[in-house]
Parts: sequence; C-alpha cells; structure tokens
Amino acid sequence: MMENDLAINLARIQFAFTVSFHFLFPAFTIGIASYLAVLEGLWLKTDKGVYANLYRYWLKIFAVVFAMGVVSGIVMSYQFGTNWSVFSDKAGPVIGPLMAYEVLTAFFLEAGFLGVMLFGINKVGRKLHFVATLAVAVGTFISAFWILSVNSWMQTPVGYAINDVGQFVPAAGWWDIVWNPSFPYRLVHTVLAAYLTTAFAVGAVGAWHLLKDRTNPGARKMFSMAMWMAALVAPAQIFMGDLHGLNTLEHQPAKVMAMEGHYQSHPDGAPLILFGIPNSKEKRVDYAIEIPKASSLILKHDLNAPLAGLDTIPDRDEPPVGIVFWSFRIMVGLGFAMLGLGLWSLFARTRRKLYDWPWLHRAALVMGPSGFIAVLAGWVTTEVGRQPFTVYGLLRTSESAAPLDAPAVAASLLAFVLVYFVVFGAGIVYLFKLAAKTPEAHEPTPEDAPIRSAGITPAAAVLEGDHEEGAAP
Amino acid sequence: MNGIDLTVIWAGIIAFAVVVYVIMDGFDLGIGILFPNFKVGPDRDMAMNSIAPVWDGNETWLVLGGGGLLAAFPLAYAIILPALYAPLIAMLLGLVLRGVAFEFRWRDPSHRARWDLAFTVGSVIATFAQGITLGALLQGITVEGRAYAGGWWEWLTPFSLLTGFALLVGYALLGCCWLIWKTEGPLQRQCYSYAGRLGILLLVAIGIVSIATPFLEAEYYTRWLAYPGVLATAQIPLATLILSVLFFRSLSKKQEATPFFYALGLFGLSLVGLAVSMWPDVIPGRVTIWEAAAPYESQLFMLVGAAIMVPIILAYTAWSYWVFRGKVGSDGYH
Repeated sequence: MMENDLAINLARIQFAFTVSFHFLFPAFTIGIASYLAVLEGLWLKTDKGVYANLYRYWLKIFAVVFAMGVVSGIVMSYQFGTNWSVFSDKAGPVIGPLMAYEVLTAFFLEAGFLGVMLFGINKVGRKLHFVATLAVAVGTFISAFWILSVNSWMQTPVGYAINDVGQFVPAAGWWDIVWNPSFPYRLVHTVLAAYLTTAFAVGAVGAWHLLKDRTNPGARKMFSMAMWMAALVAPAQIFMGDLHGLNTLEHQPAKVMAMEGHYQSHPDGAPLILFGIPNSKEKRVDYAIEIPKASSLILKHDLNAPLAGLDTIPDRDEPPVGIVFWSFRIMVGLGFAMLGLGLWSLFARTRRKLYDWPWLHRAALVMGPSGFIAVLAGWVTTEVGRQPFTVYGLLRTSESAAPLDAPAVAASLLAFVLVYFVVFGAGIVYLFKLAAKTPEAHEPTPEDAPIRSAGITPAAAVLEGDHEEGAAP
Repeated sequence: MNGIDLTVIWAGIIAFAVVVYVIMDGFDLGIGILFPNFKVGPDRDMAMNSIAPVWDGNETWLVLGGGGLLAAFPLAYAIILPALYAPLIAMLLGLVLRGVAFEFRWRDPSHRARWDLAFTVGSVIATFAQGITLGALLQGITVEGRAYAGGWWEWLTPFSLLTGFALLVGYALLGCCWLIWKTEGPLQRQCYSYAGRLGILLLVAIGIVSIATPFLEAEYYTRWLAYPGVLATAQIPLATLILSVLFFRSLSKKQEATPFFYALGLFGLSLVGLAVSMWPDVIPGRVTIWEAAAPYESQLFMLVGAAIMVPIILAYTAWSYWVFRGKVGSDGYH
C-alpha cells in the first residue's frame, strides 16, 4: 500500500509538472494567434506597413511557442492512458469523444494551416494567407473549447450513468455533457486569461523597446494595442472570475472553502481572509488579516448570510487548503495589478503620455510574466481545489491511477524534468532573444533559413514599411 | 445497430489513422534518422525544409490514433498504454526533442549542430519506440480483469527489438524516397544510393518479422499457415515480392516520385499483415474490439464528427501539400 501511494504521488507530480509546462504555451498561442489575425486583418484593410512588420515580428515568436505547445501537448494526450489508465477506462466513454472532437476540429485545423501561415505567403497570396492565419486562430479557440469542456465535466459531471463494469457512460444527451454547469464560466474565464497573458507579454516587449527608443513605431503600436487589451479585458476578467467563483460555490463548495480559508462554518456572516497561514492540523488560519463579513457579502451578497466551512466536509474529502488558499490569492492579486496597469495606461492615454512615461513602461515590463503566473495559479486553484477527486465526488484520484511500479514512474518523471528543462529552457531563451530584437521597419529574416526568407515576408510591406506610424491611436 | 456495427467501423477508423500516421510521419521521422549523413549546410537545410511545413499535421494523426482509441475503445487504451509505459514515454520525449528542433535550429545558428543532433536522436528514439510498441502488442500483453498485470519490462523481448529495428529501417527508407522526390542535386544522388541498400535491409527485416510472427502464438500460426486460409494469406508475401521488384526497377530507372509510393506500398502490405494477425482483437488473444468498445452513444456521437471532419481534414491537408509541391530549392524556396 505504501509502495502504491508512492507510485500515485509520483504520477500526480508528473502530471502536474507536464501539464503546467504545457499550459504556459497554449495560454500564449491562443492570444498571439488572435493578435496575429488582428494584425494581418488590419494590414489587409489599411495597407500600413507597421502592421505587416509587427505580424512578422510576432509570427517568429508564435512559431517557437507553437512548436513547444504541440510537442508538450502530445505528451498530455498519452499521459491519460500511461499514468491514469483506470480513470481513462472509466471516464473514456464520456470524455473520450470530446477529446476526439478536439483532435478532429482543432488540432488538424491548426496544424494543417500552420505550414501555410509560416511559410506560404508568397505561394498563396495575401488573402488566402489571411484565411490560414484565421484558421489557426480559430483552431486554438476550438481546442480550448473542447479540452475545457472535458475538464469542466470532470469538475461538474452531469448526464452520465454508471454501467455494470463501472464506466461512466453518456445517458442524457451530449449537449448536456458538453455544456455541463461549470463549462461556460471556465471557458470564458480561461480564454480571457489567455488574452490577458498575451496582452501583458506583448505590452512588456513594447515597453522594453519604448524604454530604449520611445519613437520606435513598432514598439509604440504594440504597446498601445496591448494596453487597450489590458484596460478592457482586465475588468471583464475580474467580473467573469467572480461569476466563476459563484458557480464553484454552487457546485464545488469545498473548493471555495479552501480558497477562502474557511475551516469553520460561520452562521452569521463569514470574514474575508486577506492573508494568513492556513494550518490544516489545527483547522484554523494563523495570523489572519480579515475583513468581517466581507466573504458573505461577496459570495452571498448579504453581510449576514451563513457560510458553511470545511468542518461540514469529511476530512477524507478535503482538498489541500494551503495550496489552494495561496494560489487563489496570487491569481486575484495579479488580476487587480493588471487592472491597475490598464487604468494607469488609460490615464496616460488621456494625457497623451502613453509613450512618454518611463515608469509606466517599467511597470508594464515588470508585469510581463504576470499573465503566465496568474494562469498557472488559477489552474492550480481549480485543479488542486477539486482534489481528492478526478471526477468530482465520484472517482477518487487514488483510484484513478495506472497499475505502475513506483520506479517506472520515478524514472519517467526524472526524464520529463530533464528534457523539459533543457528543451523548453532553451526555447524560452530563444523567445527572449527574439523579443529583445528591436522591431524594425523591415523585419529581417534569419539569413540561412531559406523557406522563411521567401516565406514570411509579406511582399508589399517591404516596400512601404516605415514612417507611417507615430500618431497615438 | 440496424445491422451496422459501429465497433467495426471505429476499428476501421483507428486503423486508418494509424496507416495515415505511418505514411505521413514515417518519412519525416526517416529524414531525422538519416540526418547525420547529410552534409551540413544547404543539404541539411533542404532536407529540413522539405518537411517543415507539414510535420505538425503529420504528427496529429498520432494524436487521433491515441485519442480515438481512448474514445472508441477505452479499455484497450487503459490496458495498452501502461503495458507499454517505457517505450511510449520514450517516444513522447523523442517527439519533443525532434519537434522543437525544426524551429530551434534556425533560432540559434551557433548551436545548430546540437539541435540537428536532437532532431536525429529524437527521431531515432521515437521510431524505435513505435516499432517496439507494435512488436510488444503483437507478442501479447498480460491482462487481469480490466487492467494490465505485467511488469514494467514485459515489452522487452528479442521480437520487440526486432520490430523496433525494422521500423527504423522502414522509416529511413521512406525518408530517403521522399527526398529523392523533393530534392535534386547531390542530396538526391546520395538518397538514390541509400535507397537501394535500405530497400534490401527492409525486405530482410520484413522477412524475419513475418517468419517469426506465426511462432509467437498458435493462433497466428493457424491463421497464416493452415489450409485453406494460406491460399489467401500467401497473397501478401507474393504482393510484397512484386512491389519490391517494381521498387528496385523504379530506382534503377532513376524515377523520382514512384519509389516513394512503392515504399509506401510495402508499408501498407506490412500493416495488412498486422491486421490479419490481430483481427478482431485489439489486444491479441486477450481483448476483442467488442469487449473494449465504448457504448453505442459514444461511438455514434464521434462518428458524426469523424464523418464530417475527416474528409475536410484530408482536403485541406492535400491543399497544404499542393501549396508546397515541387522540388525544394526550386520555385522561390531560396
């Protein structure tokens, strides 16, 4: 039994490690793909070179991120079986078809048009190339749609029956399964998160180049576009996050109790614990700084509404409170920091100082990784918060794992850690190198990359590149 | 229902995905296997460029094979993947190494040699692991109840190593023939000279695997060699023989596209042979496709998607190949 526990814990670490690495890449590609589609659309519409140049600048970054997303994603699609085979056997009849739809409607679409997007503009022309970019962007969204539907079903399972060999089988129609209760919230919340992640990454790159040269037209354009996204999407995301939280309270109250650090029930108004150190042994939050009754106000819209705590949940069903408590605070804190930067940029814009305040640019630079951290923190909150279950309330994580020996899992975990750190470490270094290059009027192409030198040069833009940008939008 | 057995249809779809995967990713993995033999500089760049626009799409068929297996035959997915844990994890890591090399080698010219090495090492590991996977599946998996019940080294046998090597040779041949088709000049000449030798090696490998297979299980023996079934099964080696004659003739005539298609034909026949051995089991001798099948509702829901999407996917994949048709290095590639 000890041996078995070790194997399961190693498998959990391996899944957490590989999915965390993987998630960083799609969180970025979903956003950049849409950004590229917007840039190319604007280029087609206005014929302004600055858009074509930005397109090429971000396309190179996109290609590197996308490659890392693809290869780390293939790992995920097999890991369900290699390490979580009992889960796959039991949940396969419900989640398998949704994942098959992801492959059929999203992966092929992205992969099929990526080649044309990266290498084909001189072969297919501008309009068809724009179609390819759109197809890739739509593909990334469809992919998010299906995989989040799967994840949401695991969080809020509906529409199933259990057959005589213990499998979950579809019983109520697929519409109900796909649109399970937490899915619409999770989908919007996650896609907005991907947009914000990209906005702050793009904003940081723009800010870095503005700090060096505030007249660079490419840097100005990308910074301005990114700050619009920050100002518009951050408040929408906070609103959406609140709705998602209320949905979680309805369907997975134990997760919200862990997020809030509510070990005890509060019959007349629960406090909002801002900070503290959760102490699961003593079942209390040490050194808590709290606002009385504010949690009830947020969650129930009533200062005196009673809120149940983890004392109403059997110990064996309790999620790890410390991790969830902290990851939630990191996510929310970053969300408000994003809002703050967005508002600051709006203020600068009204003063026509968007490109002139170095402190704004420095802040944007510091906030560059904020989206990635927030996305991971949010993912940890929702995934750790639904423990100890894989299919919430129905199938325990400890009963989902493959019958593997601990040394086998330990060896594979070690191999994943080594390969991922070397490969993706190098990839991230290359991303920084690409982003450190000043956006030129004419994006240079690597000298001996034959396909690219022909492929990703939007021909017309080379002729008309500079001198058009400058006015603040 | 109504006389149509969705389970059989889904077995066909997954077999189709595996065939398309082997056809499409086979040649680009093969180029990775051969890569160290190509001259640094334009030859390597050309070889890489001939597959750069399509490798990602090619690999997606592997995801469809895995995802489709989970969806249509969850029990098979749940037994086979843990049984082949080590080779599958190795395959995934190999695919990581080679997949990023496509981009990274351009991003970091000073370390290009390293990423070229990663491309080769990753391709060799992934191919060898896929070959081992096939062999291990064919030789049988220990099953108890609804789970794998063997140890974590059960897959490792002389037979699975043999199929691993056979696949290395086979993919290398496909890569070679692809480059004959897509390139010209010194690289093409080099590939002509490799293709003949790899062709002979592949026939030897196919021969040994074919002779070994009937002795793995009594069931295989009767299926392949008992009268009158042998009259039908004997057509497969016969067709292999005819195709290989055509293959070598096309090579000696210096034809450019046809060797690739004959080589694909050889692969196709090997896969037909695999199907003859396995049908209708998904885990030979242990689990049939009907025992492993997902319920009717799951299969039907997916079938709607597959029926609509697979033709569309094939259409735009074909379009993408069409866009990048012709020799690498001609029409605007440089």
